[in-house]
Amino acid sequence: MRLTLHIWRQRSSRERGRFETYRLDEASPDMSFLEMLDVLNEQLTERGEDPVAFEHDCREGICGSCGLMINGKAHGPEKGTATCQLHMRKFRDGDAIRIEPWRAKAFPVLKDLVVDRTPFDKIIQAGGFISVNTGSAPEANLVPVPRNTAERAMDAAECIGCGACVAQCPNGAAQLFTAAKVSHLALLPQGQPERWQRVQKMVEEMESYFGSCTNFAECEAACPKEISIEFIARMNRDFLKSQFRGS
Amino acid sequence: MKLDPRVPTGPIQDKWDKHRFDLKLVNPANKRRFEIIVVGSGLAGGSAAASLGELGYHVKCFCYQDSARRAHSIAAQGGINAAKNYQNDGDSIWRLFYDTVKGGDFRSREANVYRLAQVSVNIIDQCVAQGVPFAREYGGLLDNRSFGGAQVSRTFYARGQTGQQLLLGTYQALSRQVAAGAVEMYPRTEMLDLVVIDGRARGIVTRDMVSGEIRSWVADAVVLATGGYSNVFFLSTNAKGCNATAIWRAHRRGALFANPCFTQIHPTCIPQHGDYQSKLTLMSESLRNDGRIWVPAKAGDTRAADQIPEAERDYYLERRYPAFGNLVPRDIASRAAKTVCDEGHGIGHGGRGVYLDFADAIERLGRDAIEAKYGNLFEMYERITGEDPYTVPMRIYPAPHYTMGGLWVDYNLMSTIDGLYVIGEANFSDHGANRLGASALMQGLADGYFVLPYTIGDYLSRHMGEEPISADHAGFKSVEDEVEGRIQRLLSIDGRRTVDSLHRELGHICLDLCGMSRTQAGLEKAIGDIAALRDEYWQNLKLVGTNEELNQSLEKAGRVADYFELAELMCRDAIDRQESCGTHFREEYQTPEGEALRNDEDYTHVSAWEYRGEGEEPVLHKEPLEFENVPPSQRSYK
Repeated sequence: MRLTLHIWRQRSSRERGRFETYRLDEASPDMSFLEMLDVLNEQLTERGEDPVAFEHDCREGICGSCGLMINGKAHGPEKGTATCQLHMRKFRDGDAIRIEPWRAKAFPVLKDLVVDRTPFDKIIQAGGFISVNTGSAPEANLVPVPRNTAERAMDAAECIGCGACVAQCPNGAAQLFTAAKVSHLALLPQGQPERWQRVQKMVEEMESYFGSCTNFAECEAACPKEISIEFIARMNRDFLKSQFRGS
Repeated sequence: MKLDPRVPTGPIQDKWDKHRFDLKLVNPANKRRFEIIVVGSGLAGGSAAASLGELGYHVKCFCYQDSARRAHSIAAQGGINAAKNYQNDGDSIWRLFYDTVKGGDFRSREANVYRLAQVSVNIIDQCVAQGVPFAREYGGLLDNRSFGGAQVSRTFYARGQTGQQLLLGTYQALSRQVAAGAVEMYPRTEMLDLVVIDGRARGIVTRDMVSGEIRSWVADAVVLATGGYSNVFFLSTNAKGCNATAIWRAHRRGALFANPCFTQIHPTCIPQHGDYQSKLTLMSESLRNDGRIWVPAKAGDTRAADQIPEAERDYYLERRYPAFGNLVPRDIASRAAKTVCDEGHGIGHGGRGVYLDFADAIERLGRDAIEAKYGNLFEMYERITGEDPYTVPMRIYPAPHYTMGGLWVDYNLMSTIDGLYVIGEANFSDHGANRLGASALMQGLADGYFVLPYTIGDYLSRHMGEEPISADHAGFKSVEDEVEGRIQRLLSIDGRRTVDSLHRELGHICLDLCGMSRTQAGLEKAIGDIAALRDEYWQNLKLVGTNEELNQSLEKAGRVADYFELAELMCRDAIDRQESCGTHFREEYQTPEGEALRNDEDYTHVSAWEYRGEGEEPVLHKEPLEFENVPPSQRSYK
């Protein structure tokens, strides 16, 4: 496959970026998207040019490190697929591909396609946990959890924290990420004691970094784990209820 | 040097209780005065950092990823073992202990394994309380499944993403301690060396992966939880960033490296499809519960799978191992796959693949049932290969996956450097020569939640009230200088070959000559080849850019430089161990049926290697192993 790549290059967060165009003639349909970039980077290095920095680690779609805007879509054209699991057979010979970092004010670019997603960690630190010290847990089967409830919690818990939801949102909102964690914990009996306080703290922290949700639902379409925006409704409901219950 | 494993006396079932009583405690007010560094934020490191923070210690936790939540534990698919016996099928702590010792082919330390089995039950309690959404039965109680190498169902799971859910539980516990100020988290920070002063681990030197800043950190104890070294093979199931630099640097500073040749090649991975391939993807071995493994009975048969009639298929695991069939342990399944491919029965790219077929299971249980169990794995397979495993059998082949070897630790998980603890995959202690499925998550969390928090206090209590040292100490400065010198040396080579091309070549050598089967002559050749390639590395490496920026090639270059040294030690260890055991298969030592032939008389020991300087031969120390509770027998899964 022969490709034309328009890639965002930016030396650091302090410098301005620009698109650079590269020709790549050695792509194969069986390559993953990141392997295609590996091949480009090998060529750039051999020519003495700075290789393109991009985030990646497990390359199995679970660590959430990778994330590129590919032709304007977070993680590219294939639904429910992280960038590392996208394969070149989804493109055609001769295609031009535009590759950018996540675009969101809360995620500043560190270099090229690498952004800083620290605000996600801050949201979890604000309350995205169940307070249980090591050793103080009761017997695991003491509290039955209906199978459907556990499955629903798992649907939310599958979030890989990649940030595609934020990148795709016209408002740069992090509702889907936050709602996934709020819902995962609020659905389970173990999450009840801190339920109302948790949603308040997490939403408050979220709003200090991110834009507001106006129900575009772009996040759901971009999410590589296809997490439902129903969880946003659930979070909003819990947030509202929490106002009456106090903290 | 005499290796003292510090195993407590008494009957095996009482050792840990007795030991916990004998360990000295640090009172709560004094815990605040101690600084502990934890390197790595996976199941072992994350759980240790969180638990130590809860206890009141002051903890600094470092990881190379941009967030603690991305450590590679997250990619574990199948599950976590625990001796809960919820299925009433005859499981017990003793049976989990027995299975793990036997599965490790009698090359692990009994006392450590027994403790692992004991605390396994607490791990499940802890994770459920944290909100880990394990799979459940309709009555709301926890579900289990069986897993390779076991005849009971003791594996807890969360779809095909058990590692993810356990890691997020750990990450959440860790985040709670970060919010409480008990743990300071340093992501995008890579440990490049260990600082040892007066024989004690006193801190680390790191590189800020965004700014390039080299910095020293002082502590009263250092915990390494940095995972294994499968990436020495270049292609493995590990994340691209997984590396051995932390343990290798500690090894060079005096920590003995145990059983480096015990590396596990996982039987069920998606086969390689091209030379540009960057990693191999694991398909959970839980698939072996319902999938049947076969190859064409006739060598060189190139017909499509559906064109090969039943009578012309060889279900070689079922044939050779009727008792365990497709559920034989990993080492046996991998080697059997290699054997049939070597004999010309392999399928797909380069004849390096076997079928994993779900047709029978779909007929028996229905497509919906299979989808409910393995849906996400099937999807992943289809995304990567473009083939639909519901209609076409999966193609699989073994790939490097886990390393049982690692830094030597005693019963307290302390290395041969005072105050340096090593937990999780980074140490060698629990899996012997072969790890059973669903045991890595168990060990990581056992070490981090339930072992280290007790044992580290005993060490710290002996250093109460000592004068603190600062990062200005000459011991830190000299290590910083060495780290900076090494980086400059890598940047100034200005040769012609990229890091990846050299790493790929190293991987080929290791996999061909020190992979699933090994010979004396092959290993000797490997040592020569590695040395030659290492020379080329230091003369012909090409790096672009500087230290003072985000430079991913530079990050890789430092790690690969360490792999060269580790690869050589791995081969040396494989030469020295003149027997076959577990994953270590020496062709010279096999039974007439082609099974591993142990030599208990000469090799019932841990091989722990001491670093003696560049260009010097390492020195072997032996920790004899005693099997008082599980008498060694030839493993039989027939």
